[in-house]
Amino acid sequence: MSLSFVAPPRRLLTITIDGRTVKVPEGATLLEACRQQGLDTPTLCYLENLAPVNVCRVCVVEVEGARVLVPSCSRKAEEGMVVHTDSERVRASRRSVLELLASSVDLSLAGPEVKRWMNRYRAEPERFGPAAPAAEDDRRDRARPGEHHAPEGQVAATVAQPVKLDNETYIRDYSRCILCYKCVEACGSEAQNTFAIAVAGRGFEARISTEFAVGLPDSACVYCGNCIGVCPTGALMFKSEYDLRQKGRWDEARQTVTTTICPYCGVGCNLELHVQDNEIVKVTSPLDHDITRGHLCVKGRFGYQFVQSRNGGDEGR
Amino acid sequence: MDLRLGVAGPASDVEKAAVDRVLGMPSGGWDGGRRTPEDGHLSRGGRAARSRRHLLLPVLQAVQDRTGWISPAALDYVCTRLTVPPAEAYGVAAFYALLSTEPAPATVVHVCDDLACRLGDGEKLCAELERRLGPPGESGGREARWVRSPCLGRCEQGSAALLQRSGEPAARVSIAPATVAGVEAALHGGAVRVDTTPPVRSDPAGHRLLRRVGVVDPDSLDSYRAHGGYQLLRRALELGPGGVIGQVKTSRLLGRGGAAFPTGAKWEAVAANPVRPHYFVCNADESEPGTFKDRVLLEADPFGVLEALTVAGYATGSERGYLYLRGEYPEAAGRVRQAISQARQRGLLGEGIMGTDFNFEIELRVGAGAYIAGEETALFNSIEGSRPEPRNKPPFPTQAGLFGKPTGVNNVETLANVLEILRIGGDAFAQLGTPDSTGTRLFCVSGRVERPGLYELEFGVTLRGLLDLAGGVRGGRPLAAVLLGGAAGSFVGPPALDIPLTFEGVRSIGASLGSGVVLVLDDTVDGRDLVRRIARFFRDESCGQCVPCRVGTVRQEELLARLASGNPNGSVAAELDLLGQLGQVMRDASICGLGQTAATAIQSAAALGLLGDPEAGRVRP
Repeated sequence: MSLSFVAPPRRLLTITIDGRTVKVPEGATLLEACRQQGLDTPTLCYLENLAPVNVCRVCVVEVEGARVLVPSCSRKAEEGMVVHTDSERVRASRRSVLELLASSVDLSLAGPEVKRWMNRYRAEPERFGPAAPAAEDDRRDRARPGEHHAPEGQVAATVAQPVKLDNETYIRDYSRCILCYKCVEACGSEAQNTFAIAVAGRGFEARISTEFAVGLPDSACVYCGNCIGVCPTGALMFKSEYDLRQKGRWDEARQTVTTTICPYCGVGCNLELHVQDNEIVKVTSPLDHDITRGHLCVKGRFGYQFVQSRNGGDEGR
Repeated sequence: MDLRLGVAGPASDVEKAAVDRVLGMPSGGWDGGRRTPEDGHLSRGGRAARSRRHLLLPVLQAVQDRTGWISPAALDYVCTRLTVPPAEAYGVAAFYALLSTEPAPATVVHVCDDLACRLGDGEKLCAELERRLGPPGESGGREARWVRSPCLGRCEQGSAALLQRSGEPAARVSIAPATVAGVEAALHGGAVRVDTTPPVRSDPAGHRLLRRVGVVDPDSLDSYRAHGGYQLLRRALELGPGGVIGQVKTSRLLGRGGAAFPTGAKWEAVAANPVRPHYFVCNADESEPGTFKDRVLLEADPFGVLEALTVAGYATGSERGYLYLRGEYPEAAGRVRQAISQARQRGLLGEGIMGTDFNFEIELRVGAGAYIAGEETALFNSIEGSRPEPRNKPPFPTQAGLFGKPTGVNNVETLANVLEILRIGGDAFAQLGTPDSTGTRLFCVSGRVERPGLYELEFGVTLRGLLDLAGGVRGGRPLAAVLLGGAAGSFVGPPALDIPLTFEGVRSIGASLGSGVVLVLDDTVDGRDLVRRIARFFRDESCGQCVPCRVGTVRQEELLARLASGNPNGSVAAELDLLGQLGQVMRDASICGLGQTAATAIQSAAALGLLGDPEAGRVRP
């Protein structure tokens, strides 16, 4: 998407990126500076409409004089900074981060850019051995902090676990969760202010959870679906999409996207209706839309069944 | 904030009482009390209610202490009282090893199986407990359970345990040295004992930080004053904040927490920051395996720590200080608590200290079992009632620290040095030790050595000199290696014996002094076992926030398990190469010092050849 600065830049800073002298507005992050230069900088936990949490560490760059690499998504440019985005250290770290993630999380729905980065950095997640069998129950939800069974090392531990199906609007497949914190942010102070989910546990057992891992119907969730809107890996997914995928009928090539305005209230949120076989299969909103910034409410996100209702009939109910 | 509360069922009277004891009684229906007619006409809450979030951890601990776990209903009540979303409060509760979010036995005994105790009797003890009582962590419906624990900071004893018993009254007591009989007695409600004699082994003539340890009565402010206590605060008040900072800068004191940052520069940055208020934090979350120096200072000279913290608060323009103590140090907590109370009674804390216009309060905060909470920004989050996840830096604490305000933070030993600087003057202090490592250092000597314990020595002593003072390797066996600096430090071999134990000396061999750990390995030690314990430690203590550390520590432990069992993926050389790459990404790309050092000791062990020989698991001398 296009780069946009909310506040007018006060002055321009001069920094060096990969040998090129460039000018960036004061307050810009290194990621913004890199994108301004057209550099494809991988990001996973970063999203334009959320405050950077700099946890995935795939966007790291090397700043001369710094002891360790810095996350470009949150580090602000400073006058005279000398930045390397493709040094041996940067490539090695990005490669390892992608390998660590891919060896522990199902990234198969994470979008084509992730595969592109995996290829570019020659990530080989299988180096850590074959994946351990998935947990068959909710043991990850009950993990005690600071305790784990010592591994034998022949298989690589993963976060694979059963899908959480507890309501009709969306599913939670935490086998795909890279713990980017985006859903927590969207549920909390960045968008919805509902705070139904947070990170619980610690270490490899850290997980997105409601209190005591209760199901969504027993939680504070209001089904705005803003967590789905920001999830980068398909861990959170419309139930309609999930069902079609389970039946092997999900086919994005056959889908159209129609932009419209939500019919419910007067705010004027833009909706993007994803339609397959003349059925609405999911609803999104553009990240750069002035009003929504990609976020919707339960009605705009899930209240579309009436569209399918013909002849006053029951089909859509 | 529109929270969904009151759905987990009512908390029991016992749970409510435990919460109310910390927070006071609720004011009405809006914060969990009885609904009054007035409640229907006005709403209480909002920012004022949320501003009490920092009380979350103390309240959760109170519930844990009273009932043995944090039930959904109790959590709901806590959240109602503090206006905290239940999911977030659960996220906090589920982070700490000393809190339980599932029904648990009233008695839990945490048995140390960490580095120093592995070289002592800890592993034997665990094996015997397992034989008699079953595997750790399984309650089996009994009233008591035992679990393995990371370092409990009683390393000189060679075995240690911590009793955690809920009820009225609750108990948290150290057991050291720990025996099978002692642990069993603790599990069954019997008496436990802890040897609280300060394990100081160096010559008192050279003591500066330890000069009052074992001399003053740690329970008595009078005794402290009789030994010169609080004269240095008076001197600080005469010098003025700038004068104190000048002395600290002249002394060239470097922080003793591990990062060796110049203390004077840090204080100056806080003092100069125009944003108010300022805070000063004493980091007593000493959890680095093999470290026990801060515990000794806190247990044996608590007023000294308070006086030093007060000086730091004065110099940096802070009116509020926090002493964040790890939850595994109950004896130190008791001492500090009563010391704060005595100091307050005598006007040495509070308003108008010593007749000046300087106001200062100290609050004790007790942790709940999380090594990462000792990382300074994670510590701030812990105090604030959030998950103790480290923050990205910059901003640094001097810019935006506790509650987002300029904050000074020093470890206990660093602060103790400040009193010595005031006593002899910054210039005289700078003459001690070497030009780049001024003053004295506390060394925590443990493992296979004749006289384990705490040694205060002037900087400049070599590793050999220190080991000689400690009586050499136990039983006269050959020295195989020394772990310097703890789990986040590095193994060094016998060629390092003549390196001076100074910041610059150990840096020259790629090691660090860290928290002053000197763990001695003789030729019978299974180095691979120690290294795997280190890997397990970091995997257990990672906060899980960033990918390099969260997954890297898992892969590192798996890899070491393969090496130990002689089943490498491909060749040993290929595994060591992969281990190196894991170390590199953790060091280069992790958010905080935990991830950045989680591979250091293991890499150094590999370099010493402690890992690569599939034939023998022994340390090669």
